Amino acid sequence: MTASPVQDGVVCSTCYMCACRCGIRVHVQGGKLRYIEGNPDHPVNRGVLCAKGSAGIMQATSPARLRRPLIRTGERGKNEFREASWDEALELATSWLRQVRETDPKRLAFFTGRDQSQSLTGWWAQAFGTPNFAAHGGFCSVNMAAAGLYTLGGSFWEFGEPDWEHTKLFLMFGVAEDHDSNPIKMGLGAIKGRGARFISVNPVRTGYSAIADEWIGIRPGTDGLLVMSLAHCLLAADRVDLEFLARYTNAAYLVIEAPERAENGLLARDESGRPLLWNGTEAVTETGQAAIAGRFRLADGRQVATVFTLLAERILDGGYAPEAVAPRCGVPAATIRRIAAEIAEVAFEGAIELPVAWTDSWGVRHETMRGRPVAVHAMRGISAHSNGFQTCRALHVLQMLIGAVDVPGSWRYKSPFPRPIPPGPAPVGRESRPGTAQPGPALGFPQKPEDLLVGPNGEPLRIDRGFSWEAPLALHGLMHNVIGNAAAGDPYDIDTLFLYMANMAWNSSMNPEEATAALTARDPATGEYRIPHIIYADAYASETVAYADLVLPDTTYLERYDCISLLDRPIGSAHGPADAIRQPVIQPDRDVRPFQDVLLDLGARLGLPGMVDERGDPLFDSYRTYMWKHERRPGVGPLAGFRGDGSAIGVGAPNPSQIDRYIENGCFWQHELPADQLYYKHSNAAYLRDAKAMGLIGSEAPITLQIYSEPLARLRLAAQGHGAVQPPEHLRERVATYCDPLPFWYPPLEETPESEAAYPLHAVTQRPMPMYHSWHGQNAWLRQIMGGNRIYIPRPLAQSLGIADEDWVAVASRTGRIVARARLMDGVNAATIWTWNAVGKRAGAWNLHPEATEATTGFLLNHILSELRPEAGRSRASNSDPVTGQAAWFDARVRLERATAEDVARAERLPPMPGLDTPPTVLRYNARIA
Amino acid sequence: MTSLPRHTEKKLGLVIDLDTCVGCHACAVNCKEWNTSGPSAPLTDFDPYGAEAQGVWFNRIHSFEVGEGGTGRTVHFPKSCLHCEDAPCVTVCPTGASMKRAEDGIVLVDADKCIGCKLCSWACPYGAREYDHDHGVMKKCTLCVDRIYDTSVPERDRVPACVATCPASARHFGDLGDPDSEVSRLVAARGGFALMPEQGCRPVNRYLPPRNATSAPTPLPQAGLAARLAEWAGRLIAR
Repeated sequence: MTASPVQDGVVCSTCYMCACRCGIRVHVQGGKLRYIEGNPDHPVNRGVLCAKGSAGIMQATSPARLRRPLIRTGERGKNEFREASWDEALELATSWLRQVRETDPKRLAFFTGRDQSQSLTGWWAQAFGTPNFAAHGGFCSVNMAAAGLYTLGGSFWEFGEPDWEHTKLFLMFGVAEDHDSNPIKMGLGAIKGRGARFISVNPVRTGYSAIADEWIGIRPGTDGLLVMSLAHCLLAADRVDLEFLARYTNAAYLVIEAPERAENGLLARDESGRPLLWNGTEAVTETGQAAIAGRFRLADGRQVATVFTLLAERILDGGYAPEAVAPRCGVPAATIRRIAAEIAEVAFEGAIELPVAWTDSWGVRHETMRGRPVAVHAMRGISAHSNGFQTCRALHVLQMLIGAVDVPGSWRYKSPFPRPIPPGPAPVGRESRPGTAQPGPALGFPQKPEDLLVGPNGEPLRIDRGFSWEAPLALHGLMHNVIGNAAAGDPYDIDTLFLYMANMAWNSSMNPEEATAALTARDPATGEYRIPHIIYADAYASETVAYADLVLPDTTYLERYDCISLLDRPIGSAHGPADAIRQPVIQPDRDVRPFQDVLLDLGARLGLPGMVDERGDPLFDSYRTYMWKHERRPGVGPLAGFRGDGSAIGVGAPNPSQIDRYIENGCFWQHELPADQLYYKHSNAAYLRDAKAMGLIGSEAPITLQIYSEPLARLRLAAQGHGAVQPPEHLRERVATYCDPLPFWYPPLEETPESEAAYPLHAVTQRPMPMYHSWHGQNAWLRQIMGGNRIYIPRPLAQSLGIADEDWVAVASRTGRIVARARLMDGVNAATIWTWNAVGKRAGAWNLHPEATEATTGFLLNHILSELRPEAGRSRASNSDPVTGQAAWFDARVRLERATAEDVARAERLPPMPGLDTPPTVLRYNARIA
Repeated sequence: MTSLPRHTEKKLGLVIDLDTCVGCHACAVNCKEWNTSGPSAPLTDFDPYGAEAQGVWFNRIHSFEVGEGGTGRTVHFPKSCLHCEDAPCVTVCPTGASMKRAEDGIVLVDADKCIGCKLCSWACPYGAREYDHDHGVMKKCTLCVDRIYDTSVPERDRVPACVATCPASARHFGDLGDPDSEVSRLVAARGGFALMPEQGCRPVNRYLPPRNATSAPTPLPQAGLAARLAEWAGRLIAR
């Protein structure tokens, strides 16, 4: 009964069934995939693997896979294509792109989805000369990234992690089942085994919330109120870590109070720009003791207040008392007070000391590392609201108040973070010159009005309106508005839309109908498409492929080289920097090419700088070569390990054997930090010194955590009428309100008295753990786990409406209506209905049977959302966070009604995609049979 | 009908921790990919890209709510063969295909002897058997018998696929007949329980109940803004 051994061949690589980037060991037998398991040596997953990763075999053998390049022959959206050779396809793409580049490069909009090669794609866009580049972060979690990077110099999302080893109290806010999914599951298993407490704040009790010791079924969009209220309790009780605040944050910095003046709200600084502190008698730049609270008068007569004073006034004097917020949050005041008390008790009475000596940035040696073992993690539940940026800032302030940032037991930075606040230069792209590269990356970090990408009248300069006054800190762009803006020619027309791996005609757009209408919109005068050319690269026949003019078929993750780079989204942890590669495990059985190879090929055909030599010949014959050979700056390339002669880390000459060394090492590289560098990284002299030497940061200076955000104060000042660059009139109040340098809570923008009356309920989605967006609905194994979805309704609400399990119900919003089957639930906030994310598919897509459950009983919540807000006086006002442009998916307000099966209205069925494999009716997968 | 061994040297089985199982289905899918090319191959899927796909799975996760209102619980309950000591699926088998091994207690099906009569699936009160309509035989969890004794792989890999892959460490494997084994000690410490003991099958697998860690911190004193600011105002904090 014992099977023959499977070690016909075991190949290490990196998973790509979601964004987690776990190490995998792939067993291959006779050229077929036998088994994929977690790599026990890998720092991310230590041998475990989730459902998605375990279903990789079905991802590679799916009949939804594209076979060869396609050129559209019929109307967009009709799936009428002819097959083309790669040479013809690439020449066609080159002809379109060359014309764009030689006339006006910004007429190329290049946006990528959930890919992990943004350092390549961003560099390519810069070389092409277009500012219109971003990945999917604008509709994912830019609120978390922006709030973190502007506050802590790191972030939740994937640049930080709880100290699973030492935390005693873990608070999780919102859905978090995608990024870091295996590490979080591993961590939860570990902390529960140690007896630590786990509190989950989420409107819905599924997934991680199901195993929480305490579930707080909060009302969506009110997490900021809860967090501010917790801070209120801590401050009112004086249970805050004043030493931490004074030493590591800008709490003791002095804010100028000069109403109506151009410096109002800025930090008081000396002539050389160094921030001032109050030493008890005067304002100085260096002092061993600083006033934490109070108002003072500088020698020049100006009044200043400490940041901490303003924060305390904000939190204690506002409406943040538990009794005030409880009705709105749906969380009893007593619960808020108890949790605040628990946080204080664990942070202070439960403080821990690790017997590790370390030296801070000021040269002071500490004999131990003191820890405040309260750890926080948050993701999309906070992120996907139009108040998400300020809510996430509030959460970071809560962490700072108890001294729980990168200390033992707290939330910790993942290498290469922390980075300076903010971590990089301003965005680039104010001009777009024919045949010319951009002088820097399109995505950057504005610190002042002059850094924004706006025209003389404050008008947006990017197609997605990112980095304009409508979304000044749009660090990841606003991909959710690109297609609609382009079709509307607002702010301008484009020529070519180039998309990679983003299902924008379906679940990745806030509303599929809006997106497909834009993709097919025609100019009434000429009859031509408003977006003249669409190039799309993907491995599968998704809903979006149908709308492309040119389809460039990608390989799967098991058939290519890739790098998970420190220049992009690496796999580093609190224990040290790390990066990884993918290598081909099997060869594709069809005429498909890795997108990264294709992009470099296109770059060479276009003669883009950095991709060709002086004779115009390609510099890189493949992405594999680029991975070791490319230098972003001298000695720094996509991969940090095994540089130079193979022993250099971070900085070193390109090493032709680098990829082989990665493969020998299991396809990853990791640098383990010594014990004295594991915590207090923002002010840890040894850590900062070594991180600089490795090229992770440019300076050894301590990173002062920013309770008070001066970049926001500068934007606000501009909105109040100061400075050379000011927002247009119709945006002044908006910028002045939301660009508040201290965190505050405001209702999600969709929430108005009128909307509450007409649409009294919230509607949100949750992540199914075995699924990642639309990728897995065609996976033969995963679709058996979740092939359809329901509207989950709080039991009392359903009963009041006479709704029972499996009844048809209608969910109506201000823009749309869905009819689906109901399921009653106890573990859900009383004012919230929800469903699973991205399960529904359009009939005819993905080579599934048109009657597949994903199309018949599956549905998207997206159909009732809109990418736009109905705001008077504004064209194409984005339904997004006003600071970052983060898509506000979770702001949705809805009404629930009874319905019948006859009310169901589905998207028109897509005609079959030509040339795909015929799906089997019985699948007898057995790698041992050829 | 088929006899059960009077005594098994070991009682190999699973201990599943309901305090940490998040219902991610990792165990189910990893089991599927291991076993579809294993001794029970294939784990057939019917109409895999059709209207409603259905296939053979040795391990399925049932998610449901217990208790009403916000104080209830969402439970993720993984279920596979429990390798019962009094396994009715064995005694009901007319051909000897369904059997319980004397050496380790694993319940297996010999596909060469199975006639696909399905009596065993009717007899199993847990619904843990999977009939492969295409293959015409009954299939089920083998506790990855092809892994756990495979001396060609490192010892850490000699556990069932579902245990090796579980991200939350909610699944444990061992000899529940040995009171000193890690799994037995875990069951004793955590109050592990058998599923539906009233059925009299004496299942070997055990489930661990939720821990429900609670907290009763000392309430915080509260003061107003003015009082606090006055208190902090005089303070110089060492930097």
